[in-house]
Order: sequence, then structure tokens, then C-alpha cells
Amino acid sequence: MPDPILKLTQLDAHYGDFQALYSLDMTLSEGDVIAVIGSNGAGKSTLMRSISGLMSNASDQVIYRGAPIGGMRADEVAALGIALVPEGRQLFPSLSVEENLLIGRRLQRAGPWDLRKVFDLFPVLEERRAYPSTALSGGQQQMVAIGRALMSNPDLILFDEISLGLAPVIIKSIYEALPDIVGEGMSAVIVEQDINKALSVASRVYCLMEGRVTLESDTETVSRNAISAAYFGIE
Amino acid sequence: MDWVNTIVQGTLLGGLYALFAAGLSLIFGVMRLVNIAHGDFIVLAAYLGLTVVMSTGIHPLLALILVAPTMAAIGYVLQRGILNKTLGDDILPPLLVTFGLSVILQNLFLEGYSADPQKMDAGVLETASVGVAGLSLGVLPLLTFAIAVAVIAGLQYMFFRTSLGRAFRAVSDNQEIAQLMGLNKRHIFGLAMALALAVTAVAGILLGIRTSFDPTAGGARLIYGFEAVIIGGLGNLWGTLAGGVILGVAQTVGAKIDPGWQLLSGHIAFLVVLAIRPQGLFPRVSG
Repeated sequence: MPDPILKLTQLDAHYGDFQALYSLDMTLSEGDVIAVIGSNGAGKSTLMRSISGLMSNASDQVIYRGAPIGGMRADEVAALGIALVPEGRQLFPSLSVEENLLIGRRLQRAGPWDLRKVFDLFPVLEERRAYPSTALSGGQQQMVAIGRALMSNPDLILFDEISLGLAPVIIKSIYEALPDIVGEGMSAVIVEQDINKALSVASRVYCLMEGRVTLESDTETVSRNAISAAYFGIE
Repeated sequence: MDWVNTIVQGTLLGGLYALFAAGLSLIFGVMRLVNIAHGDFIVLAAYLGLTVVMSTGIHPLLALILVAPTMAAIGYVLQRGILNKTLGDDILPPLLVTFGLSVILQNLFLEGYSADPQKMDAGVLETASVGVAGLSLGVLPLLTFAIAVAVIAGLQYMFFRTSLGRAFRAVSDNQEIAQLMGLNKRHIFGLAMALALAVTAVAGILLGIRTSFDPTAGGARLIYGFEAVIIGGLGNLWGTLAGGVILGVAQTVGAKIDPGWQLLSGHIAFLVVLAIRPQGLFPRVSG
């Protein structure tokens, strides 16, 4: 079995006195997609913040390609090839659509993704390239956020709640684009409230509840009952 | 004709005020840092220029070749070494630290250059004038205004057309997400301060040619800079130029009515704008 691209060992995360993650273990193999599900407050976003470096952890709790990165700053983590599509899009309001994409290009990592390829994936963005990012619909903003992350040509991409607050038709088109994205050999972690969507693209699923992993399984073999038990903590 | 002359002179003076203000505006725009020591940095640039002119004998404007990079280097080191540590959710620490810097700088000036007023000699440039449509305009004020327009245009271009400008705006918008793009905000802030102090070097040299300065001259320049920024509207560079011009014209018109009213009328113009349009005349425009 090849070395995992990402390995979390006994990951703890705190906000002041409040502990958000408890001894979390997680393994992601190269080229794999895993889904992380769980209700509000389960610690999904904290997990994303810990991996991306927005939250500082003990160095050896987050291992990327064999190197401890838990204590690194977000810009250092990004330079290693980890990109986050943050919850709520979080585009730069004073930048145009094109500029939001170009800023993702700053790291100059080699790879297939450039402005042309992002525009091919989301043609509507090319039409609106000169618009302020605030003038787009929520779904289009999400496309920019995904494109911005892809522009850095990451090896590992983290999606935090990509379907939150979007119309079903938009969610559908974004999920249709996902295989094209991860088909490039990219590994991905998808945090999602919509369990069916998450299971449809991932090969493994982790369920979190109150900062702990309550279920870890292959998506093909997992049962509905097991998920609802892990999700709600009831049988 | 007298009044036209007054307004034109005030407009040209406004160019200098806009240069005082541009660095202040840039720093505030990128990192929400209010630099109380800004006026003293202008004076520092003037003293550095003086030292270069005295020791090499070159023209003060040529001294910029040395002074601007020196100020930029001071800015970068200062930002990475001290000011970055003061930036956070609380706006008070940067205010206190830059206030302390202001006190330290003024005492260093006293120590190094004494309390005597100093001035840089720019030769014929100081007295040369050209006749335009019946007005006699000083070449130095004209040059100052032209430089101010060029500096503002350059900053505007940098901000909205270059990758560094994009990084400045991104960090200003959302520091956390900017970090995710691989931007090290400490470095970006250092670059912003370096750029701001390079602009300050231009302002300081022009100040030192135009008038005499002493270790305490920074306070008034800080006030003029602030007033120009606020009148023009925060985060709008062309607005800052307009703010400088309004301040300059108010001062020369005041002085025309009664020489004792020069400074007061500038401050009154500022207060009037603040009372009527607290967001400034031309508040921040995006893109």
C-alpha cells in the first residue's frame, strides 16, 4: 500500500478552553476522495482549518507526505500543495472574478490548471470575468472559490460545505464538475451536509460527532442505518 | 486675478499635502494601521536627504536615489520587526507603538541634527518661475504637483493592475483567506510599509527643499496628511489628491484674507467636510 498523502494522528484542536476535536485519526491515500459528514458543530470546519494551517496544532498530528505540518502557517501549507475551498466562498470583494482566480495562481505551482482550464470548466465565469466577485450569484461565487483553489494546482484539495446555501440545480452542476477535478489525480476531502452527494463522489466516509470519529467506512459497503447511528448518535 | 492666483497656488500646495497623505492612506488601506509617526518619517526623509546633500554635494532631488530605497528598507524592517506584532483585533497597540516611535524619532533628530531649523539648497529651482496666462508660477510648486500626480497615478496602477497590488487588496479584504492563497501577510505588510515610506521619502525631500524643518516639524505634516486622507475619503488615492488640493486651497484663501488664518482655515475646511460628509468626499471605490 502506498504512503498516504495525508495522515492525521490523535489530532486535538482547541478554541481557548473549548476542545473541538478529540484524538482524531484519519488517513487519505494518494488520489483518493474522502467524505466527512456530521451535523453542525461536529468539528468538520475545525478539521479543515487544522489541515489547511488556519489553526495551529501539534506538529506531528498532521502528516502530509510523511512530513509533519501541524504547526505550519496557512501560507506555508498552501505552498506544499494543499488548497481549501472555504465554507461560505469567502471571495475577495475588492477583486474582480478574474483577479480572484489569478490570486490563486500566486504560488506558481506546476500543473494542468490555469485560467483557460477553469473557464472551460465553468464557462459562465469567462463571461463574467471582469465583474466584481460580489456581483455574482451564490453558485457562481462557489465556482470562483473552487477555481481559485484549483489555480494553485494543489495535490490535495479540501472542500468545506460546497453545497451550503446553493440551489439544488447549482449543486448538481458543481458535483458534475467534481470528477473532472479529482480525475486529474488530485486527492480531496469533501465536507458536506448533503450525505448522498458526499457518498456519490467519495470512496471512504468519516462521520464526526462532537469532535470524535463515530464512523469510518468504505462508501460502497456503508449502510444507511450505520450512518444515521453515527450521525445522530442513536440506534 | 489675485484670487485666481491664490487658488492656483493653493492647488499646487495641495500636491505636497497629497504626497504627505499618500503613504498614510496606503498603510491604512492595506493593514488598517494608523501611523502616528508618519509625519516624523517625512522629517526623517528630509534629514536623510540633508545628510546626503551635505556629504556628496549632489542636488537634493538626486538624493532621492539614495533616500527612497533607504526609507523603503527602514519601512520593511520596521514592519517585520515591530509593527506586525502590534496588529490584531485591537486598534490601540499600533497607535501606542507608532506614537512611541514618533517620540523616539524626534529625540534622535535632536541628538543628531540639533534643534536648529535646517533646509536643503536646491539652487535656482527654488526661485525659478514661469509665466502662465498672466500668473507667475514657481517651478518648484509646479514640479511638486506634477510629482504628486505621477506618484498617485503610479500607486493607482500598482494597486489595480499588478500582481502585488492584487495581493495588497486581497490581504486588506480578508487576511485569513489571503494566507490560504500562499500570501504571507507579514511579508505583504512589510512591502506595503516599504512602499509607503518610499513615497514618504519623496514627500520629505520636497518638504525640505520648499521650507525649513526642525525635529518637531512632523506633527503638523501628520495632521495635513490625515486631513487630506479624510477629506478625500479613506482608501481612494485620487480622492486623497483632491483632499490635499482642498486643504491647500483653503489654506491659501485663508491666508489671503488674513495671514494669521492660513492654518486655521485649512482645519475649518476639514471640519466642515467631516461634519457634512463624514465618509469623505470620494469614499472607497472598488475595482
